[in-house]
Amino acid sequence: MNIPVRPVVAGLLVIGLTAAVLTKARAGGDDYFPPVKDKLTVDECGSCHMAFPPAMLPAASWRRMMVELDDHFGDNASLDPQTAAHVTRYLVDNAADAGGRRYGRKLMKGVPAGASPQRITELPKWVREHDEVSRSEWQHKDVGSKANCLACHVDANDGYFEDD
Amino acid sequence: MTPTRYAIGFLCAFGLASTAIGGPRETLIDRYAAAAKAADAGFAGFSAARGETLHRTQYNMGKADTPACTSCHGNDTRSAGRTRTRKPIEPMALSVSPERYKDIAKVEKWFKRNCDEVLGRECTPLEKGDWLAYMMNQ
Ligand code: HEC
Ligand code: HEC
Ligand code: HEC
Repeated sequence: MNIPVRPVVAGLLVIGLTAAVLTKARAGGDDYFPPVKDKLTVDECGSCHMAFPPAMLPAASWRRMMVELDDHFGDNASLDPQTAAHVTRYLVDNAADAGGRRYGRKLMKGVPAGASPQRITELPKWVREHDEVSRSEWQHKDVGSKANCLACHVDANDGYFEDD
Repeated sequence: MTPTRYAIGFLCAFGLASTAIGGPRETLIDRYAAAAKAADAGFAGFSAARGETLHRTQYNMGKADTPACTSCHGNDTRSAGRTRTRKPIEPMALSVSPERYKDIAKVEKWFKRNCDEVLGRECTPLEKGDWLAYMMNQ
């Protein structure tokens, strides 16, 4: 139901972006982060923003985030205990230092062991990958937030963060 | 021609409405109605017009960047809205999003979150019923 709409909307957003950002986002390596496959996690963590791939943060990050959902970046994203337990298990099992290690390792460079960063967009490696993106591109009305990965990475919902 | 079309339209609408009787949406509305009546014995049914006012009023009582329901859901109930992180939200009008308002837990969860975002408090059963009446009419 949602599937045909989203790529169209994302596609429209991208057309609005500068060609420069696009070429940059399309160029480059093989960065694949397996998308969330658990339905409950997609439903609960994918309605306000895309459901971020669990391999983008370490297990300690997800554990901490999941007990602080009543103040989630200023939003109340709290869940009933049963749902929260299910989602936590899924995120932790597939985290960058657990089941998702193969994919997540590269983003963990510079993150001290045991740390629990809450933003993907503040990871040292993420910041470095995006240092060529200019301020005006971040402030473009179709981007609006660094967390709006889909504005630039059209295939982010399929796990691809550059090529489309 | 035109009257026939109207008649067909009416029958279809009626057919749809009657298949929905007893479904989760009706359970939800009944529940809000019972609660609204308990709060005010003078309760005389939900009003789509009041629901529209709730939807469109700029309250500015919750968070600064979401003064109204329309801040995220947009001005046109039949078009998509978007969240603060710019993720599209499917339209709220039942006529274009026929899958909506069937999952009672989902409806309750979002009323709780969104009323808090906009009004700085939970919505009353009367407000919830009015708002749903509006969207189901759209
Ligand atoms: C009610 C809306 C809402 C829900 C539901 C929600 N989030 Fe968020 N989330 C936000 C907002 C708002 C931000 C901050 C975005 C920004 O800075 O633009 C955010 C940010 C994030 C970030 C950091 C993004 C960055 O900047 O790197 C992560 C990770 C995250 N959310 C994970 C989750 C997970 C996991 C769930 C499910 C348990 C979830 N979110 C559910 C609203 C929500
Ligand atoms: C304003 C556009 C924009 C937004 C928004 C954005 N990115 Fe990027 N991203 C880029 C560009 C440009 C590159 C550089 C691509 C390159 O050099 O290969 C990039 C690179 C990356 C890379 C590295 C790819 C590689 O080739 O190694 C990852 C991973 C990534 N982004 C993840 C994300 C995530 C996760 C989000 C959302 C939390 C996000 N990006 C939001 C534009 C964006
Ligand atoms: C901060 C952004 C935001 C604001 C403001 C907002 N909503 Fe929402 N609303 C959402 C999101 C995101 C969803 C879930 C996505 C979806 O269902 O497509 C949602 C879903 C809902 C749902 C559940 C729909 C369903 O299919 O069950 C109801 C009911 C609702 N909102 C009512 C309201 C009301 C009433 C207001 C104003 C008091 C309001 N919203 C304001 C973002 C918002």
